[in-house]
Amino acid sequence: MKKNGVKMIKIKAKNVDVFYGKKQALYNIGLDIEENQVTALIGPSGCGKSTFLRCLNRMNDVIDICSVKGEILINDFNINDKSCDVVRLREKIGMVFQKPNPFPKTVYENISYGPTIHGMAQSKQEMDEIVETSLKKAALWEEVKDRLHEPGTGLSGGQQQRLCIARAISVRPEVILMDEPCSALDPIATAQIEELIDELKKEHTIIIVTHSMAQAARVSQNTGFFHLGHLIEHGSTDKIFKNPDNTKTQDYITGRFG
Amino acid sequence: MNKNKEQLLNKRYRAERRFRLYGQSAIFMALLFLTIFIFKIFSTGYSAFQKTWLIVPVNFDAEMMMIDQNPSKEDLQDADYYDIALKSMADLDQNANDDQKNQLKRMVSYFFEKEIKNEILNNPSLIGKTKEVYLTASDDLDQVFKGNYPRDLPEDQRRVSDYQLKIFDQLVAKGKVESKFNISFFTYADSREAELAGIASSFMGSIFSILVCLMIAFPVAVLAAIYLEEFAPKNRFTDFIEVNINNLAAVPSIVFGLLGLGVLLAIFHLPRSTPLVGGITLSLMTLPTIIIAARASLKAVPPSIREAALAMGASRMQTTMHHTVPLSMPGTLSGTIIGLAQALGETAPLILIGMVAFVNTIPGSPMDPAASLPVQIYIWAESAERGFVEKVSACIMVLLGFLIIMNLFAQIIRHKFEKKWS
Repeated sequence: MKKNGVKMIKIKAKNVDVFYGKKQALYNIGLDIEENQVTALIGPSGCGKSTFLRCLNRMNDVIDICSVKGEILINDFNINDKSCDVVRLREKIGMVFQKPNPFPKTVYENISYGPTIHGMAQSKQEMDEIVETSLKKAALWEEVKDRLHEPGTGLSGGQQQRLCIARAISVRPEVILMDEPCSALDPIATAQIEELIDELKKEHTIIIVTHSMAQAARVSQNTGFFHLGHLIEHGSTDKIFKNPDNTKTQDYITGRFG
Repeated sequence: MNKNKEQLLNKRYRAERRFRLYGQSAIFMALLFLTIFIFKIFSTGYSAFQKTWLIVPVNFDAEMMMIDQNPSKEDLQDADYYDIALKSMADLDQNANDDQKNQLKRMVSYFFEKEIKNEILNNPSLIGKTKEVYLTASDDLDQVFKGNYPRDLPEDQRRVSDYQLKIFDQLVAKGKVESKFNISFFTYADSREAELAGIASSFMGSIFSILVCLMIAFPVAVLAAIYLEEFAPKNRFTDFIEVNINNLAAVPSIVFGLLGLGVLLAIFHLPRSTPLVGGITLSLMTLPTIIIAARASLKAVPPSIREAALAMGASRMQTTMHHTVPLSMPGTLSGTIIGLAQALGETAPLILIGMVAFVNTIPGSPMDPAASLPVQIYIWAESAERGFVEKVSACIMVLLGFLIIMNLFAQIIRHKFEKKWS
């Protein structure tokens, strides 16, 4: 989205290096991510795109041996700074995982968990509203409105993934990170999620890691191509897919490797 | 070539059949041993749940009891019952000489005086009348009536004299010997007399020990497991701790008994022979079992659940308390119950801290001296009297029943509350 003709940058990564123990996984990544756009990260397996995604909400903290260097500015604030509070950060940056991972609780409790721990609802009605709007935004409301108090794990795979999306947006994050959200789903469920992503970008900045180049081409406005820990090329999806500067990108897009 | 292939295939099938046979015979052997064991226990022990009574007419003569015709409650309490009790037994044979009278007295338990007293306390109007009273038979006659006594031994090798047997047979012929359910086995404490010995003291001792053990071991073990699994950094020091927890689980229980003796009794001067000390000692033993079970069930919670909670902005503590720990609870609880069941069957450490003492009172709190069920088995198995043989088996039956119930409970918890995740 452009304001006054200038692209609004939401996230600015500068010189990001990531190490797993002694092994370097990402080399000097610099990437700007535009606000209210979908940015796709593509590349062959093990190229570091998921690692980069997990840097953005500091999920790599969970891994003992992982260390992240460099600056990641979100709203001009460096999240790798010591003063950054991870709990606050993750409230603003939601995440959807590769495999649907609803809590083994009811549909309602799955959505209300985030707002509860962040104290976002003062009353039962407010919570009901949050649950309803989150489910509606995730295009799941019609399917589950009669079974809000049944276990979320009893839904189908596609429904579970939309439940996870609803859970992520329940706390109104500014950014949503999606780590191959459709890789465990069938084509129909995938199409539903893709449609949803398009809808969500009106209110959220979305970064999606995907293995499917077709998906990247369908849903994203910007694309970054990773290879062996390096960001080879990034730019508008149109350009990357139609007229890439780098031959490696060209080879990957046309299916010569990967 | 083709023939070779067929032979090879047949050979493989034969090997599979052989392997199945080995497995089946292993299971058959295990079941056989179990059946023999259970059959032996039950066939020896079931008779302990019956108790033999002699029905003897007692004349409640006020004069012999040294009270007046209309005594108050206190008078009845203080009255002398020994003489009428003695006389009632002596009256079984009008022609008995002094020695025979003495033998007659020994046909019933030394509780006979008290049994007669209870009869009149319940019904004071019996004064001056004669009534038939149920008196506990001595353990030897009890065994005679149950058919466990070798009557054909020469008299000088038996504890029951020919004269006693003659009178006893007369009573049996008159229908004055009865067998009833042995309530006192469950309500009496231990006794030197087999006919009066019960498991109440050791049962309560076991219950108190297990409770103390649970209250100490469970919180400590669960906190240790949560910390090690969810919070502690993975480094050499925590590896060292982990190895030592596993080592602790393999330490022979008697060593914990020595620890209890050396530290709890000698240094802290806690009361000897009590379930309190027993429970603390057992909790040291149970600790590693629960820690290992709790860690295993924490590990079994899929990491995706933790990631989901963390990504929602839950703190580590919230992730652990809201998601991981509740999901791990079924496994932790069933591990705890199995640890407690182990502790329940433990004998060696309790012997060292003095819970092997002869306790003829029923403990009312963990601070009172008590035995425990397995120790009671040990004490009775050491006793020479024939009457204790069946008691040992009966006590084993009670202990096994207790253990089976606990394990069943653990299974139910595991199956009923285990959450399924995709």
